[in-house]
Amino acid sequence: MSEQQQDTAVLSVRGLFASVAGQQVVEDVSFTVADTGVTALLGRNGVGKTSTIKALLGIIDRTGEITYRGSSIDKLPTHRVVQRGIGYVPEDREVFGSLTVEENLRLAILGDSGNRETVDRLFPELRQRAKQQAGTLSGGQQQMVALARVLMEQRGLLLVDEPTKGLAPRIVTEVTEALKAVAEKTPVLLVEQNLQVVRDLAHSVIVLSGGRVVHTGDAREFLDSDLVHRYLGVTAGKDDA
Amino acid sequence: MQRFSSIWFKIGIGVALIVVAAVLPLLAINIPGILPGPTYTPGTLSMLAYAMLIAALALSYHLLFGVGGMLSFGHALFFAAGAYGLAVMMRLLAPQVPESAVFLIAIILTLGLAVAVGNLVGALALRVTGISFAMVTLAFAQAFNVLVRRNTGGLTGGEEGVTVPVNFLPDALVGVLNTRNLYWLALAILVIAYLVCVWVQNSRLGHVLAATRENELRVRVLGLRPYTVRLFVFAVAGVLAAVAGIGFVLLQSGATPRITIADFTLTLLVIVVLGGVGYRWGAIVGGIVYTILDQRLSALASSGWIQSLPDVLRIPLSEPLFILGMLFVLVVMFAPGGIAGLAKTLTTRSAKGVRTMDVKASANGQ
Amino acid sequence: MSTILLLLITGVGLGALYFLVASGLSLIYGLMGVLNFAHGSFLTLAGFLGWEVGRRVSDGTWAGLLIGMLVGIATGAIAAAITELVFIRKLYNRHIEQVLVTVGLGLATVALFEGIWGSDPIRIAKPAWLGQTTNILGANIPNDRWLLIGCAALVLGLIVLFLKKTKYGLIIRAGVENRTMVTALGIDVRRAFTIVFAIGGAAAGLGGVLASVYYGQVAAHQGTSLLIYAFIVTVIGGLGSLSGAAIAAVLVAVIQQFANFYLGGTGDLAVVLALAAVLLVKPTGLLGKKTTH
Repeated sequence: MSEQQQDTAVLSVRGLFASVAGQQVVEDVSFTVADTGVTALLGRNGVGKTSTIKALLGIIDRTGEITYRGSSIDKLPTHRVVQRGIGYVPEDREVFGSLTVEENLRLAILGDSGNRETVDRLFPELRQRAKQQAGTLSGGQQQMVALARVLMEQRGLLLVDEPTKGLAPRIVTEVTEALKAVAEKTPVLLVEQNLQVVRDLAHSVIVLSGGRVVHTGDAREFLDSDLVHRYLGVTAGKDDA
Repeated sequence: MQRFSSIWFKIGIGVALIVVAAVLPLLAINIPGILPGPTYTPGTLSMLAYAMLIAALALSYHLLFGVGGMLSFGHALFFAAGAYGLAVMMRLLAPQVPESAVFLIAIILTLGLAVAVGNLVGALALRVTGISFAMVTLAFAQAFNVLVRRNTGGLTGGEEGVTVPVNFLPDALVGVLNTRNLYWLALAILVIAYLVCVWVQNSRLGHVLAATRENELRVRVLGLRPYTVRLFVFAVAGVLAAVAGIGFVLLQSGATPRITIADFTLTLLVIVVLGGVGYRWGAIVGGIVYTILDQRLSALASSGWIQSLPDVLRIPLSEPLFILGMLFVLVVMFAPGGIAGLAKTLTTRSAKGVRTMDVKASANGQ
Repeated sequence: MSTILLLLITGVGLGALYFLVASGLSLIYGLMGVLNFAHGSFLTLAGFLGWEVGRRVSDGTWAGLLIGMLVGIATGAIAAAITELVFIRKLYNRHIEQVLVTVGLGLATVALFEGIWGSDPIRIAKPAWLGQTTNILGANIPNDRWLLIGCAALVLGLIVLFLKKTKYGLIIRAGVENRTMVTALGIDVRRAFTIVFAIGGAAAGLGGVLASVYYGQVAAHQGTSLLIYAFIVTVIGGLGSLSGAAIAAVLVAVIQQFANFYLGGTGDLAVVLALAAVLLVKPTGLLGKKTTH
């Protein structure tokens, strides 16, 4: 880890351990997330990517040093971590199905008004569906609600977990475009299985294997090397969707 | 080698405790404040016998909750089924079979009844888990409570309860002078309950059960049906509770609806948690400590110095269940391992090494 | 016909009482995963205090009853909020321990009430009109049922309004569905816990005063016996569902009334059988969803 990387890191993680129901799921993980663009967190299924994200937020029990914009957040409960400016887009969207789209968005406003203009500009469709129950939306629309939800407030970092999972190719493109627009202003830590999306968005990668970090570096270099095969089990240059 | 000797050490302590308990009726030990009188007196023996039966009942609940992770709110049902079952069976059998056989046949039929009820209730209740399971067991116990209080079939005696027809009992179990025989019977029931617990926990079944509590999915992957295993343990716990109930109805020469209400099961839960969830001897110590506290606190309530206190202190202090309930709350909040957990922390702290995680894990099971 | 009408309306009246207790239980369980065994004590305490204050102001009149109801609501809300802040909060996310603490509180407080007010029920005076009946299509309906039904409907309406129109209502509805995600949006749900406890306690408190009107007495065990029915209602309706609780409350009470009248006083058994049947067919209850607890 170079000094330069340290200086421009929005988030740095050192010696992170996490467990679920007594079972170790993240083991001594250390990495940094740059303060611009998209950093991708990669690895095979069940390797601890989602658990790492959840550990950062304190959704699961964790120990280790987590520093966000110079201050330590590893002892904070989830809601305080988020209040510091870290937005979370969970795997499987987790929108509130019994609430309307409007209510889902309103819930995410912590201050007085929220960034409604940004959300309306990025996801015009949601405005028309404001009164619809989020549970009745399609997967792609739900993903937009989940993204719009974190964008209602000004964020310093977004943790986005598998935003294209289970979506049709056309919707994958839409979500990718939305993320690209978002990443221009806000740094993103992205968990993603679809390597084409990673290629489109990410400038650097962190690769996990067996609950540990096994590789960090430039995204393109990694995707074009045979490390992709070793760590992700797919052939270089092809996505695994 | 060391492990081998520690097992024999444990067995040795167990046998020694049983021997001490067994010879108590022959001694005149007096512990003022804890026992109502010297150990050979019927009053004291009867209280100790009651405490041991509650301990046996607590052991059966330990099997259910501590080992199986099944939070039942209806376990009193089985204790009551044993108690009411024996009294009612004896009354029903009395005109039909030879006088000398009434008692024996009634016991066999009561045990059969317990097996049947245990399997039936278990089979239904175990189709759901967690809080719903607790509710279904509560509902069944409540239904039994209603049946008993209604004096169903003119057999259960309504609010008055039932009495055991004394003339059909073996002579050795009748009369104040024979209280010590009932005491030994209670001790035997406690020992049996303990051995059954050891057997279940050490069998393949016990291991499966422990695994189910930790990770149901893993057990399913191994090709075992957690449902069947749970049902077996539920039924065994039910039968053990019924055996304790049989001892109870003999000791008290009768039973009242008090033992069928939900509060009685909740008391059991209090006992097991007080003693330490997951520990066999915790359940026993919990049962005995709770019973003695309950009886002594009642005695204390009527004592002069409490009666002379101002109302704000007198009223709470003269309600044993208030003190025990709050004690229980404190234990849950500040000493989740109960008495056994505290003892373990104290002993292992000197031998360095922390095992409190075990207690937490079992308390969180299900 | 008039008998059926009588049983139906009395059933709905009793259901109203069940609902007042069950609504809080269901919301608390839905949001926090805590089955609150101390809920019956909120009800009993409110019943006693409401009666103590009401009779001193004006015994057996509408004014006395109204004051009693207000005192009951306040008592229930305060007792519940204290329970949450002092006991439940310390055991955050340890559901079994939370249930155990409420079990202990339930047992201890009932003993305390017995110590203060004795274990025998105390007869209470109520406004004369409530002791009379109104003839509807040939059925003589006891007037206190109207009061119960009216109050429960009002409470249902107010809770729904609160859930739909306020920010905390929004947080509670979202939290019942997925509490983790609510915290992951930066919201401190613990404040919502206290609010839900207080609302549930207030409803139970009102239920406590109305129960004393319904039974014509206050007693240390009144809350506990109603609590068991409320549990059954909550489970049948689906844990966490307010409308489920409302429907199940009426259903349970009506079944109970009809079985008591037509099947020789087997109301309690019929209720238990209904519970078993519902759980076996649909383990999550009538309107229950899979929760994340």
